Amino acid sequence: MSVPTPPTPDDRPATDPPRRPRWAWLARLWALSTGRFGLIVVAVVVLTAIVAGFWTPFDPQQVDIANRWSPPGWPHLLGTDGTGRDILSLLMAGARTTVLVAVGAGLIATVIGVALAALGALTVRWVRESVSVFVDILIAFPVLLIAMMISAVWGGSLWVVIWAVGIGFGVNIARVTRPELRRVLHSDFVLAGRASGLTPAQNLWRHLLPNVAPVFIVQLSWGMAVAVLAEAGLSYLGFGAPVTEPSWGLLLAQLQQFIQVHPLSVVWPGLAITFTVLGLNLLGDALREATDPTLSRSPFATRRARLHVPEVVA
Amino acid sequence: MSLEVQDLTIDVGGRRVVDGVSFAVPNGARVGLIGESGSGKSLTALAILGLLPDGAEAHGSVRWNSREILDLRDRELAELRGDEIGIVFQEPRTALNPIRTVGRQIAESVRIHEGLSKRDAAVRAVSEARRVALPDPERIVRRYPHQLSGGQRQRVAIATALACRPRLLIADEPTTALDVTIQAEILELLRALVRDDGMSLVFITHDLAVLSQIATHGVVLEDGRVVEQAPVSQLLTAPASPVTQGLLRDATATLWRPGGEEA
Amino acid sequence: MIRYTLTRFALLLLGLLVASVLIFLTLRVLPGDIAQLIGGVNSSPAQTAAIREQLGLDRPLVVQYLEWIGGVLRGDLGASLLTGTPVIDELVQKAQVTVPLGIMSLLVAVVISVPLGVLSAMRRGRPDGTALSVGSQTLAAVPVVWAGMMLVVVFAVWLGWLPAQGFPRAGWSDPAAAFEALILPALTIGIVEGAMLLRFVRSATLQAVGQDFVRTAAAKGLTRDAALIRHGLPVVGLSVITVLGLQVAGIIVGAVVIEQLFSLPGIGRMLVADVAARDLPKVQGELLALTGFVLIVGFVVDLVHRVIDPRQREAS
Repeated sequence: MSVPTPPTPDDRPATDPPRRPRWAWLARLWALSTGRFGLIVVAVVVLTAIVAGFWTPFDPQQVDIANRWSPPGWPHLLGTDGTGRDILSLLMAGARTTVLVAVGAGLIATVIGVALAALGALTVRWVRESVSVFVDILIAFPVLLIAMMISAVWGGSLWVVIWAVGIGFGVNIARVTRPELRRVLHSDFVLAGRASGLTPAQNLWRHLLPNVAPVFIVQLSWGMAVAVLAEAGLSYLGFGAPVTEPSWGLLLAQLQQFIQVHPLSVVWPGLAITFTVLGLNLLGDALREATDPTLSRSPFATRRARLHVPEVVA
Repeated sequence: MSLEVQDLTIDVGGRRVVDGVSFAVPNGARVGLIGESGSGKSLTALAILGLLPDGAEAHGSVRWNSREILDLRDRELAELRGDEIGIVFQEPRTALNPIRTVGRQIAESVRIHEGLSKRDAAVRAVSEARRVALPDPERIVRRYPHQLSGGQRQRVAIATALACRPRLLIADEPTTALDVTIQAEILELLRALVRDDGMSLVFITHDLAVLSQIATHGVVLEDGRVVEQAPVSQLLTAPASPVTQGLLRDATATLWRPGGEEA
Repeated sequence: MIRYTLTRFALLLLGLLVASVLIFLTLRVLPGDIAQLIGGVNSSPAQTAAIREQLGLDRPLVVQYLEWIGGVLRGDLGASLLTGTPVIDELVQKAQVTVPLGIMSLLVAVVISVPLGVLSAMRRGRPDGTALSVGSQTLAAVPVVWAGMMLVVVFAVWLGWLPAQGFPRAGWSDPAAAFEALILPALTIGIVEGAMLLRFVRSATLQAVGQDFVRTAAAKGLTRDAALIRHGLPVVGLSVITVLGLQVAGIIVGAVVIEQLFSLPGIGRMLVADVAARDLPKVQGELLALTGFVLIVGFVVDLVHRVIDPRQREAS
């Protein structure tokens, strides 16, 4: 009967996926105030985007000069802009753009991230080293500069935003996921899996993914926050959404010109962006807390805050 | 100078981790707290110093020289810490500040409590380092913790704790994290220092054999409760509680050194 | 130490190389036929060919790249396609706006984030600590453009204390006016960047709280707060230094957007204009300069960190 030594702070053994119910983490997520807030905000934005596909109080592009710059009230709940367009409708339609960009960027970031991580973990040594160096160099490229580089070539568009964020954040995801992959690859139970005859694919599915997934999902959440900010900033600069697409960033640009006369109109799109980004950031934080199986429940083990340093994007 | 712990209870996050622990450490006594991991030994020690982590609440009574420690504010506790009560922790690797020289860390308690100047404190640090048998004291005080071995680091920790000649030393598993060969040296060092100074000692461990080398009385803990309290010789020869019996079995499995208490 | 410097320098050079190749490939190769872009839809094949020859686009890629790099090493970052002005001249001129802006922003960010970050960690669980934490989370989610607009609304439109836009034509020969023009922009970038840095400082401080050596310091006779400040914080400070490189990148990005908002004639606004005008050679030079700057800052920060952190010294 030996006395177990306390785990040193630096090793986190890869755990065999526990037998608890699959969705237990969701319940934990909801229990956290940050998780609740994040989930609610994301749900509201997604719902708004979906609804806006069918219906908005007014046609967002409908011009109504007679009623321009009306303050919040009825029927324009958030007022109108310089050409009489209903701001609420513009916001709702803008939500669609936001969701599209976030999801698109997320997908691309996932593909690039997984590909680079896999290259950096599963291949022969010289490839691994090169990829590692390559990734570290690419990290230094700010997303905005990547976007502007692409815009210079192909002109601005939402695709520019999606690809720029996808690349920029994909590299980030790769950097975070790769060590997890390597750690799990060399862990005992994966070797045991191979020894007991699991095919590499089964091994991957059953062991690698569940261990890597939590880190991955957290990064994805933060990455989508970056995407929303990037879209806002790039659309503001004119390299994102074209004038015909509703976009929160574009709205900011259009309303800014009149800021001296109608200062408060910019509040609405700004709040929309802020809340969405906040929700996604908090969701990422909460996901990290809810899915890390090695986080000690003991109140006096300080949670090792894996330091997340977000980028200024826009 | 005596310590009296009465009915100490500590709750952490709603859970009772230490439940009604009572024991006394009269002047010059050497008392061991012994039990398995999780039995509440370390928390008891921290409570005596007012160093419980956030989220832990202590109730009951801990009296040091008739002063109720649990009622004191942190500022008043800070005056006691290092000056009247010293503590050595288990893990020398993390107990020392990695970006300060060893000498400066030893000197710090002297500067706090005795108001020595930087230069005087530095000189004092060398003599304290010599006292704990650190090799080449003048040079070693200029080193950083990561440049020392585990045993040397623990000696530094002991020097730091004893620099102001406290009346009570608490040693929380000071040898557990060290190599077996070094354990004996550190234990011998502690025995000598305690004896020379006439300090009281609270020694925490899970190993009855180690306890027998340094303590006269043993307090056996399980799940935060005292299950047996007796002179060490009695615990070794006629353990009453099954917990003690289990500990004895484990102890005999490790290297058994004859001769318990100091004559 | 020498070996580390050399290795790190080699990595810097490699980074610059990769960056230059990526920029070159993206801006020279991807657009397809630049000559046609410039010549326009209606130019004849002969005209297009002439443009191509004039720009040296008919030569092999590698040659073009080497020529460009050769020029860069001589200090020639190319010239504008539209005006012919050398890129480097314009960069130097616009730097008189952007560099002070960057420095002021960094100062604001650090001054805000370090004390408040530490405070919010020390007061964790208490109302003021929570307020700081929530506040910084929210500010970090604010798009920097909007933050600028809100500050303009408050300080320029309502209070009229500061200019809403512009930079004096006389530049720094009127230091007071120039400085005044940069206050709101620097505050904007500094606050948003500072909010993110605050969260980092808070995290690092929380880590420090749990460190054993902080507990040892308290056990020696310091109050728990004093132990945290005197022993925990220097370690926090070291980790803040490691992210300074990221902060600089963030400030550059912020400057691009903010210079647009405040109509400041800086490097950022120039870059935006050039990208919009598809002045590719100019964009090429500017991007190389900017990424080079970020990489060099990273290199310097790494070296500084290595020098001042005793843990990096050899174990004897």
